[in-house]
Amino acid sequence: MTTATTESTGTGDGIPATTSSRATKVLGWLTLAGFAVLVALAFAWVPEDTRITEQGDVVGQFDAVRLMFVHVPSAILAYTGFGLTFLASLAYVRWRTDWWDMMAHASAEIGVVFGVLTLVTGSIWGRPTWQTWWEWGDVRLVTTLVMVLVFVGYLAVRRIPADAVVQARRSAVIALVGAVNIVIVNRSVDWWENRTLHQQSTLIARKIRDETLFTLSFSFAVGMVLFAWLLLHRFRMAYLQRQIEELEVDEALAERRAEAGMSETQGGRP
Amino acid sequence: MFRDAWLIAGKDLRIEMRSRVGLNQIVPFAVTVLVLFAFALDTDQEALRTYAPGLFWVTVLLAALLAIGRSFAVDLADGAADRLLLSGIDPISVFGGKAAAIAVQLVVLEVLLGAGVVLLFDVTVHRYGLLVCAGLAAAAGVATAGTLYGALVAGLGVRETLLPLLLLPVVAPVLIGATRAFQDAFGVAGAEGWAWLGLLAGFAAIYGVFGAFSYGALLEEA
Repeated sequence: MTTATTESTGTGDGIPATTSSRATKVLGWLTLAGFAVLVALAFAWVPEDTRITEQGDVVGQFDAVRLMFVHVPSAILAYTGFGLTFLASLAYVRWRTDWWDMMAHASAEIGVVFGVLTLVTGSIWGRPTWQTWWEWGDVRLVTTLVMVLVFVGYLAVRRIPADAVVQARRSAVIALVGAVNIVIVNRSVDWWENRTLHQQSTLIARKIRDETLFTLSFSFAVGMVLFAWLLLHRFRMAYLQRQIEELEVDEALAERRAEAGMSETQGGRP
Repeated sequence: MFRDAWLIAGKDLRIEMRSRVGLNQIVPFAVTVLVLFAFALDTDQEALRTYAPGLFWVTVLLAALLAIGRSFAVDLADGAADRLLLSGIDPISVFGGKAAAIAVQLVVLEVLLGAGVVLLFDVTVHRYGLLVCAGLAAAAGVATAGTLYGALVAGLGVRETLLPLLLLPVVAPVLIGATRAFQDAFGVAGAEGWAWLGLLAGFAAIYGVFGAFSYGALLEEA
């Protein structure tokens, strides 16, 4: 994963040389192993989804059901990411610490990645199952799309160079408004086209096969470990980024002092 | 508080009245968009009549982006924003005043565009009360959300490109609600127009409250 050596930052001021740690290594290996098992389960163990109607027709999702093991966890991770961004932004407004700001940024980025993955896999799954790439009448689909767009805007704002406090405050407002907006979008789309293609009660009504249910649950677990691994790395990267920025400011100040004929020892470190 | 908001709104509207940027540039732009929609949908009058509510509101949203951008560009010139901040006027009043001025401009735009839609797209109005209420509520919703995001991007070098990206997904519910209400008012689709009005009013209320309370923090940094 990303590394930032102490040499490249130009100091040895106790800044970690890497975003990796024992915890992330364990999580990383767990994700890899879990993903390998998930692929094996999804392709070798779970049967294709078919059932025979009263008329004797064979219907179902067939092999497309295997996409669920990527699509459903992705959707949950996207919502987890955005939910965490909302909570971290709320915490930032309350406590005003860099920690919460970096947490909001890291989780929003992961949320957008998994949000896009959800839309792409859902679209691919919808083609054979619903005979369409996109269905405007589906509330969850449209809400997820708007949510991803809102947080793409959030990330665009985060990329604008600005004072750290201004940046954090501005981002927190967008995240809070965006999260509240998701509820309004969800309600309005629901009323807009009061129907949904999503199977609401598959899990509850036990219409799902045991093998599929187990694999789906397993995919959630792998997804959560992956989320934790990504979040730790991304958070630490944001931390290192800030450290580098602070060092650059220090260096620039020292250079200006030197230019003005003052040595750093005379002027003291700021 | 209301007196200060009234002052701010009066200031913004006077600037617009004197510069006539809205009337000479934003309104012609909006009418051009309506004409382009007609070109895109061919000479099929029936299709234009059916989709008139949606086309109307998309046009309003596009023109609103210009009006909001302009409202904050005016404040940036000659350090007017700093002086506004130093004047000691409560940020809630500044927010209310700016949102009210944008809402008034949007209502004027809606009236002119509404006439354009009736003439060009051959629609007939069945429910005037619903039309007026939905138009006012949607203008309030777009103005409150727009003022919040306008202040957020004001002063940024990329504000022209960032404002549409931030604002348009957020006002999607207004587009849905206002379009449905207008479909009912125009009699082109069986939609419960008055129920949609509730959504529009709720949206305006939520963004009004949120904008008023976060505006102080955003003004300081602009």
